Amino acid sequence: MKLSENAEEILEAMWIAIEENGGDFAAIQYIGIDSRDPAYAELVDSALIELKDGHAYFFEKGREEGRQTIRRHRLAERLLMDVLDIRGEEGDKKACQFEHLLKEGVDIKVCNMLNHPSTCPHGKQIPMGDCCTEARKSGNLGVLPLTELNPKEDGEIAFIQTKDSKIMHKLMSMGVLPGNQIYLVQNFPSYIFRIGYSEFAIDSEMADKIYVRQLVRQ
Amino acid sequence: MTLLGKKQKCHAAQSVSFNGKRKVVLVGNPNVGKSVLFNVLTGAYVTVSNYPGTSVEVTRGVAIIEEEQFEVIDTPGMYSLMPITEEERVGREILLNECPDIVIHVIDARNLERMLAMTIQLIEAGLPVILVVNIMDEAERLGLGINIPLLGEKLGIPVIGAAMAKKRGVEEIRKSISGFNPKEIRQFNYNKKFEDDITEIALMLKGDYRLSRKAIALLLMQKDNEIAELIEEQEGAGYQAIDELVREKVFERRESLHMDISMQRREIVKGIIKDVFSAPERRRFTLSDKLSNWSVSPLTGIPLLLIVLYFGLYQFVGVFGAGTVVDLLEKKLIEGMFNPWITETVNNVVPWEIIQELIVGEYGIITMGVRYAVGIILPIVATFFLFFSMLEDSGYFPRLALLVDRVFKKIGLSGRAVIPMVLGFGCDTMATMVTRTLETVRERIIATLLLALAIPCSAQLGLILSLLSKSQGSFFVWAGCVLMLFLTVGFFAARVIPGDKTMFYMELPPMRMPQLSNVLTKTYTRMQWYFMEILPLFIFASVLLWLGKITHFFEKMVEWFNPVINAIGLPKETTVAFIFGFFRRDYGAAGLFDLQEKGLLDVRQITVAAVTLTLFVPCIAQFLIMKKERGLKTALMMGLFVSVIAFGSGYFLNKLLVTTGIL
Repeated sequence: MKLSENAEEILEAMWIAIEENGGDFAAIQYIGIDSRDPAYAELVDSALIELKDGHAYFFEKGREEGRQTIRRHRLAERLLMDVLDIRGEEGDKKACQFEHLLKEGVDIKVCNMLNHPSTCPHGKQIPMGDCCTEARKSGNLGVLPLTELNPKEDGEIAFIQTKDSKIMHKLMSMGVLPGNQIYLVQNFPSYIFRIGYSEFAIDSEMADKIYVRQLVRQ
Repeated sequence: MTLLGKKQKCHAAQSVSFNGKRKVVLVGNPNVGKSVLFNVLTGAYVTVSNYPGTSVEVTRGVAIIEEEQFEVIDTPGMYSLMPITEEERVGREILLNECPDIVIHVIDARNLERMLAMTIQLIEAGLPVILVVNIMDEAERLGLGINIPLLGEKLGIPVIGAAMAKKRGVEEIRKSISGFNPKEIRQFNYNKKFEDDITEIALMLKGDYRLSRKAIALLLMQKDNEIAELIEEQEGAGYQAIDELVREKVFERRESLHMDISMQRREIVKGIIKDVFSAPERRRFTLSDKLSNWSVSPLTGIPLLLIVLYFGLYQFVGVFGAGTVVDLLEKKLIEGMFNPWITETVNNVVPWEIIQELIVGEYGIITMGVRYAVGIILPIVATFFLFFSMLEDSGYFPRLALLVDRVFKKIGLSGRAVIPMVLGFGCDTMATMVTRTLETVRERIIATLLLALAIPCSAQLGLILSLLSKSQGSFFVWAGCVLMLFLTVGFFAARVIPGDKTMFYMELPPMRMPQLSNVLTKTYTRMQWYFMEILPLFIFASVLLWLGKITHFFEKMVEWFNPVINAIGLPKETTVAFIFGFFRRDYGAAGLFDLQEKGLLDVRQITVAAVTLTLFVPCIAQFLIMKKERGLKTALMMGLFVSVIAFGSGYFLNKLLVTTGIL
């Protein structure tokens, strides 16, 4: 379904008012899109929503559409802030423009890349997509920082994420290289990991630069 | 400056080699047994000195193999040719500046794959390498198989399997050194595209270098500034074009240059060890693994630490060293027999009273300086160093470091700083020197300050504990005050002192039984240092005190100090103890000890005096090292700060104790 940008904004506002704040409807005056906007007619024509006495109600199809829209919006926020490092008001503004591009499978790609985040940078829930449910079912947690591994678990190093080339060199000289197996011995009070036959202790600032693919035990 | 210099210089130095000795440089990761190999090769002819312009210590010695003398240099641990720490930088400079005739790369057999990456770098750099695969015994115990001859064949260099702790392989290493004959250097290739890039840069280098052009090109690409500066110097006008090309290549690979290099080296190593290395399916667990697990988990690690401290510090250093041995040496031998004899002899031979006073008087060089150094300090420090070296050799310190890292971060230090801190309980002066092993300047400053303020050295600790033994309450007040100040000052210092945040990373070598020969060598080296540094200061202090006494300056100082001493509720007799305290922390404590014996101090006053004296200015030796390591300005500021805190705490503690009447 191809909706206009304003239509998507309306769905988002409604979804927040109804699903998150627990209302039965969303008052049009608070939606932030002028009530004379043609987007309303577009939504009504597509049988997504219904308007009554200045209130907007979801049809079931509209509710699902709203969910997907809010998901795309919050994924966009995550992408901009975590990966592109665009923060604050600028980030919010850009996220609003960006979200409309996350369609036709792009949202799934982004979601995979971000490893199925559950909340947006403002701490709100990101509704789960099919890809998230699938990932959860397969038990494959994807790529995690070493800090998220449990003690006595094995992982395979995926990459080192840091701009500091000194940290990079230090980790590499410890044998932290993509493809190597890593075993987390302990995570408190410091992280101890084993690669091959050597053990190293590092603090959490260094541990969270190491990304590992959890090896699922049979 | 001559990091790379001209190759000719090197060759010239080789043929005319100033003392006719061939040079052997040992390199490798920390904890691979380099130093043991060094000791085995050189025996007793060893000198330790700072590498010029740095604070890193380098050990040199002479090995005699088949009547030929070799100069052997032990470098600080390094992980790769591309240096990060000052120690690694020094290691590399030695490789390049000293024109080694032979480079012995020592690696740990258990980590063959990881460590061979550096062997590849050394060979690639065109250095004359012998590879020693050490710790073979442990590797065999783990079920690892290494085909040494095949490895040698694949690398194209001499390779020797060894177990230094058991002196296995020593003869082969010696033979290999004396018969060393550099062969054609084998080339290890990166992938095609990468090789092309490296070659393109290498071909532009026109100067004559000690390192192979390939190695230089690689270092340039990794933005090694030191190398870049030297290339600029050597290449002159041509440098700009080189720099541009390097930039272009680096930009093309901006995503993952460092990673690519490491990954490709790993591929090369994998290819080499394919038929060389075999490991069992499952990792075998040894007793050392278990012990290691206990020591790093907080639940078992903290009780273990307390046991180590109780038996090591309290029983061995405190009761045995500071008690039994001091009694025997100081009271019976020196005070009882030696001093009366020397006093009489000197008084008979030297007619002038003033000189008699200088040598054998109240503050005499022999009767006080030497007596203190040999009779009291020596046994305490010797037992402490023995204990410390044993812990060091067992591999316990890195585990202790990771256990305290979180707490230490709060006071601006990383867990690594636990080593100088523990050493401080032996000798703060030596510990202040060891702070140079800490990575950031900020960390060094904080550690120096805390050592000066709140870590009592063993001699002082012994005396203060005996002072406080009369009343349990006073011990807890004292310990509480010192600990609280240690944490509070550290906490604020961490917030005030600018600089890079510290990171903590440390290799955990396997736990093992301390090797007697290592422990003795380490203890001996420390003791030797201690005496060379401390004894002159003791004598100097004796002379100063003697001067103060004959010029009556001493009495003046006592007068000036009196108001301060009175303010913290102490009688004026204690002033002398505090002035002593500046020369040596333990002098001061000894002074208090006398006063207590005379019944001049009550429990409250003893407690206040002990706290103030513990915190009070570091002894003169420590101050001089602080100046040397941190600069005069910082050292003076710290001295002032510490004095203010010491007397301030004394003042408030006194007020508190008077008002509450706890003691």
